[in-house]
Amino acid sequence: MYMGEALFEVKNFSVTLNHIPIISDLSFKVEECEFLTVLGPNGSGKSVLLKSLLGLLPHEGGLTWRAKPKIGYLPQGLNQASVRDLPLSVADFFALKRVRRAHVPALLAQVGLGEELLTARAGYLSGGEFQRMLVAWVLASDPTILFLDEPTTAVDAAGGETIYSLLNEIWRKRNLTVLNVTHDLNIVYAHSTHVLCLSRFGRRCFGAPREILTPAVLRDLYGAEVKFYTHEGKDAE
Amino acid sequence: MTMELLLSLTSGVFIAGAAAYLGTLMLSKRMAVVAGPLGHLALPGVALALVYGFSISLGAFPFVVLGIVLIWLLEMRTKLPMEALTAIVFAGGVATAFLFLPIDRAEAALVGNILSVGPYETAAAVVLCVLVFIAVNRGYAKIMLINIHEDMARIEGVNVRLYNLLYLGAIAVIVALGVDLVGGLLTAALVAIPAAAARNVSRTLPQYGVVAAAIGIVSAVAGILAATATGLPAGPLVIIASAVIFLATVPFARS
Repeated sequence: MYMGEALFEVKNFSVTLNHIPIISDLSFKVEECEFLTVLGPNGSGKSVLLKSLLGLLPHEGGLTWRAKPKIGYLPQGLNQASVRDLPLSVADFFALKRVRRAHVPALLAQVGLGEELLTARAGYLSGGEFQRMLVAWVLASDPTILFLDEPTTAVDAAGGETIYSLLNEIWRKRNLTVLNVTHDLNIVYAHSTHVLCLSRFGRRCFGAPREILTPAVLRDLYGAEVKFYTHEGKDAE
Repeated sequence: MTMELLLSLTSGVFIAGAAAYLGTLMLSKRMAVVAGPLGHLALPGVALALVYGFSISLGAFPFVVLGIVLIWLLEMRTKLPMEALTAIVFAGGVATAFLFLPIDRAEAALVGNILSVGPYETAAAVVLCVLVFIAVNRGYAKIMLINIHEDMARIEGVNVRLYNLLYLGAIAVIVALGVDLVGGLLTAALVAIPAAAARNVSRTLPQYGVVAAAIGIVSAVAGILAATATGLPAGPLVIIASAVIFLATVPFARS
């Protein structure tokens, strides 16, 4: 896979919320076409980092983009239940960002959903279907970088793996850059080129997953014995 | 048909239609209940208008704007739940109004005064409702997206502050006009009931908006005609008409 120059660089990056330092003095670079997973236990500041990179939360320190990015964002916690109250069809959901109805079937097809869902109520899709639709919705504006904030929390383990396989396929086909936040260790080995780990105790690591995620690092990260295994032959390159 | 009735019907149709359409956004943000305290907070303005003899809506408007700013600031500062703030604002508005509201004119403030609306007020109501309708219609998709997920809307390039301002401005105008149609006590119903009924029977967003506006309009016409026929106040009858329509839609609701 092609690896280009740095798409964005983070230097001495700090985030303080309500006078509590959440992230301090973080530096790393993201190259074009990377699949970077930000890994860490709950409370380690993963989502806060992602939101500050997106400009949704204030930060101090440097964040330099090589060029103005076209960002796609899959937020945490947006699922079918969030829109169940609304008479909102799948076609309506796409119309919210001015995607013409005629273009929606092709968008749905690339995430493995059929045209018959066009008129279905978005709030009554299954968790997996809704998440796929959301991926298609985000891709409709042709982003060059995807920010994923725990995109599989609303689906079961098997469904989550399917979503990640889909995202991985889209990442390869479209030469996207992906910044993905998760606490799921398996995702890192199966789908990421790089990993940035954050712990509650301020320890960090950054690099290719197989090189840096040693048992000692994982113990540091999660603060206890962690059972882990690598997916031989399935590791990200 | 007399001129008075024609003016009342015209004002009623435009105010109720625009309120119901706006209501479809307020319901999705679970904000419909906020129109209630705003109506109540408008009461001191209504009282001033009645005492000094100018338009009820004109008196209500600055107080509604004040109410919106107050709720917005209180919510930010105290992080109290909206229901608690609603109760505080409600009580404050009603209490202040009754300090100087002449009790013999209280009815107009509480249940509206649409049957005695004048030609200039009607013209102003029509123009304002058309403006609100156009603004809400233009911003509808973006406001809906903000309602669904504010951060995602922001990343998709929606100017969240601008559309929140547009949304609150539309609420202020509609509540001020609604006070004239159904009174300070019932404005929340003008916004919420047609939208709730429309939600029961709609499958898509365009249907939702159109059906809500239609229910609002039918309720206003039915209420005003019933009021002229019976001599009862129009405001409560308009709300009762929409409540009856709501009940009729309940069997169609998807649980």
